Amino acid sequence: MTDATIPSASLSTASQPLIAADGIPLKQKLARTTRRMKIRAFLLTVPLVLFLIISFVIPIGQMLYRSVHNPAGTNVVPNFAQAIQNWDGEGIPSEELIEIFVKDLALASRNREVGKTVGNLATRVNYELPGSRSLFTKTARKVRKLEEGPYTQALFDIDKRWNNPNLWFTLKRVTRDKTLSFYLAATDRKYDESGSIVMADELYQIYLPILRKTILLSALITALCFIIAYPVAYLLSTLPLRASNLLMILVLLPFWTSLLVRTSAWIAMLQKEGIVNNILVYLGFIAEEQRIQMIYNATGTVIAMVHILLPFMILPLYSVMKTIPPSYMRAARSMGASNTYAFTKVYFPQTVPGIAAGTLLVFILAIGYYITPALVGGSDGLLISNLIADHIKKTLNWSLGAALGTILLVVVLIFYWLYNRLVGVDNLKFG
Amino acid sequence: MAAGEVQANSFVRFENVQKSYDGEILVVKDLNLDIPKGEFLTMLGPSGSGKTTSLMMLAGFEPATHGDIYLDGRSINHVPPNKRGIGMVFQNYALFPHMTVAENLAFPLKVRKMGAAEIEAKVQRALEMVELPDMGGRRPAQLSGGQQQRVAVARALVFDPSLILMDEPLGALDKQLREQMQYEIKHIHENLGVTVVYVTHDQAEALTMSDRIAVFNDGVIQQLSTPDDLYERPQNSFVAQFIGENNKLHGKVKKITRNKATVELDNGGEVTADAVNVGGIGSRTTLSLRPERVEIAPKSGSLPNILSGEIKELIYLGDHIRTRMSVAGNDEFIVKVPNSAGNKPLAEGSTVKVGWKAEDCKALDPMAI
Repeated sequence: MTDATIPSASLSTASQPLIAADGIPLKQKLARTTRRMKIRAFLLTVPLVLFLIISFVIPIGQMLYRSVHNPAGTNVVPNFAQAIQNWDGEGIPSEELIEIFVKDLALASRNREVGKTVGNLATRVNYELPGSRSLFTKTARKVRKLEEGPYTQALFDIDKRWNNPNLWFTLKRVTRDKTLSFYLAATDRKYDESGSIVMADELYQIYLPILRKTILLSALITALCFIIAYPVAYLLSTLPLRASNLLMILVLLPFWTSLLVRTSAWIAMLQKEGIVNNILVYLGFIAEEQRIQMIYNATGTVIAMVHILLPFMILPLYSVMKTIPPSYMRAARSMGASNTYAFTKVYFPQTVPGIAAGTLLVFILAIGYYITPALVGGSDGLLISNLIADHIKKTLNWSLGAALGTILLVVVLIFYWLYNRLVGVDNLKFG
Repeated sequence: MAAGEVQANSFVRFENVQKSYDGEILVVKDLNLDIPKGEFLTMLGPSGSGKTTSLMMLAGFEPATHGDIYLDGRSINHVPPNKRGIGMVFQNYALFPHMTVAENLAFPLKVRKMGAAEIEAKVQRALEMVELPDMGGRRPAQLSGGQQQRVAVARALVFDPSLILMDEPLGALDKQLREQMQYEIKHIHENLGVTVVYVTHDQAEALTMSDRIAVFNDGVIQQLSTPDDLYERPQNSFVAQFIGENNKLHGKVKKITRNKATVELDNGGEVTADAVNVGGIGSRTTLSLRPERVEIAPKSGSLPNILSGEIKELIYLGDHIRTRMSVAGNDEFIVKVPNSAGNKPLAEGSTVKVGWKAEDCKALDPMAI
């Protein structure tokens, strides 16, 4: 004990807090004098913080919650939903359990509260067992008159589909408060009859192929943007001021035009009777009946998106290249390096932060792009965000939309993490 | 010298070189310059005088609009910079930030496809030459300005070029470090015997380091000479003004006898001066006089030129007192009075005699009326 106190005592005398002239410890004094400044600085950021919370944190939290939240069971048939969780899942549930179900259902059939009607449960079960919606609405109508048991037999009399163990098994899963089934659906998986997770039939696989295509097309768009943008950014950074200003205006011009106008312009350019095809036919490269389909497919999506996302690649590249003095290349040349050697060993490595920023920016924008593929993508050029929009606007399966959105977010985060490992986020330079 | 014929002792040669960037203004006007092997030659001049452009033409980064540049007897007009074998030190060092110091030094050797062992040995030797033997693993950004400067010099020397170009290499350093580096570069030059062409706008730097200095102004070499010659015998008032401090007096040539001119000053009074560069009798001339060659209160008759002046301002500088006077109508007449024991204290507003020798005063810049 004494051994330990000696060094600590000598340490504490050595690090005796400094005292300001009026006897208050210096640290406290400093904190007091800077407090006002800190409060003011914080107040300035309050609008932004609020904005971020309202428009970013809350919606994303909502999305994450909705993708696993499964309220139909507990809302519509609360007692049954609780009771069935203890059932072993073998065969048909016991008479008591079915009695609870029938009474819950009878009660629910009179309920008109939004989110608590039989229709809500029916829709939810229908996601899992297509065609079972009518079974619930029909049964709900009839159980109202059911006064006494045996309820199992009564249900079988209403519809013999109730005598199906798989239906009850599904019900057990569906009435859980939290579920992964939207994620399974979003990754083309499902529960089989024994309750284990299997891939959907190849014919019914939609989301994974689209997600794969979205990533591939985004990578292709990023690569094309890079190939086009690099020389342009180089020119921008090396031309004399007047010429580079003009070029910069040309680069920024797309930003001043509506996205819809730009996309529609591509329709006019690329459609079968469009300008590009007309020129090719006129010049005799293709025959009249061989006009190329360049829009309403993946080609159209790629062309239009490369055009729209190009400035996001050029600007970070330009801002990095602008900071590389020409003396580096000159130094390399004076030491005997050829132009190519000097470029690959001296210039290019120094533009990597700009390349990293540009490709990351374009890739992330592309992977979540919605409007352009919706307009010019046809069915072949659709991306994952178009499917998400479909579920939000058309099928109204928001939970599945949320699950897809979450998966997209995770994919982006994975790429960001990969990027961080490869390039280092500290190395990114956006300008 | 006939065109195309190269002098035996000329290692670098500019021959009637002209340069224009925009087709309207000549930045370099008819440059002729011979630099023998092993010389330390400085191109000195204000910004825009054409000195850096001349260096860039020699390095191969700018083509000459007219004329020829020879290196070791060979015209290099059409040789790209990487084939010239010239080492270069840049104004901001241009050390590659993504490479370590050792990688920077190895760069010219790798380009020449040397073996790894040989590269390592040469890099280490170069680092030792600039007294940074343990800095090979650092990045340029981790070095101080002076260390970066040394690495830049080492990198220009590591591949044993016979010619080194330096473009204001010390401009970014503070005064003390700059003076230290001047001596170090000078010593490296002496030890290795390489030819150095050095560009600067700092006349003190040029005087310290050079074998010969070419003073540039307005695209033309005003004078090419050794440092002491430039200081002692400037050929025109630009050189006199640019190299060291200088008092100017204007007047008209009254009489020329052998190499001495008698000049009648505009405000009256007569001065005898070296007739370095004057027109005929009656032409206007500018007299140039160094502040430290002026004597205060000389014995009458001891000097050929004695005028009186009023003391306007005294600035105490320790080793000397900088005295601003009004002499012959020039209110900016500076005299450096040594702070020695015998000198009487001076008072502002008092009038004293000032005098100087005829050979310390140069009559320059002939101008016909």
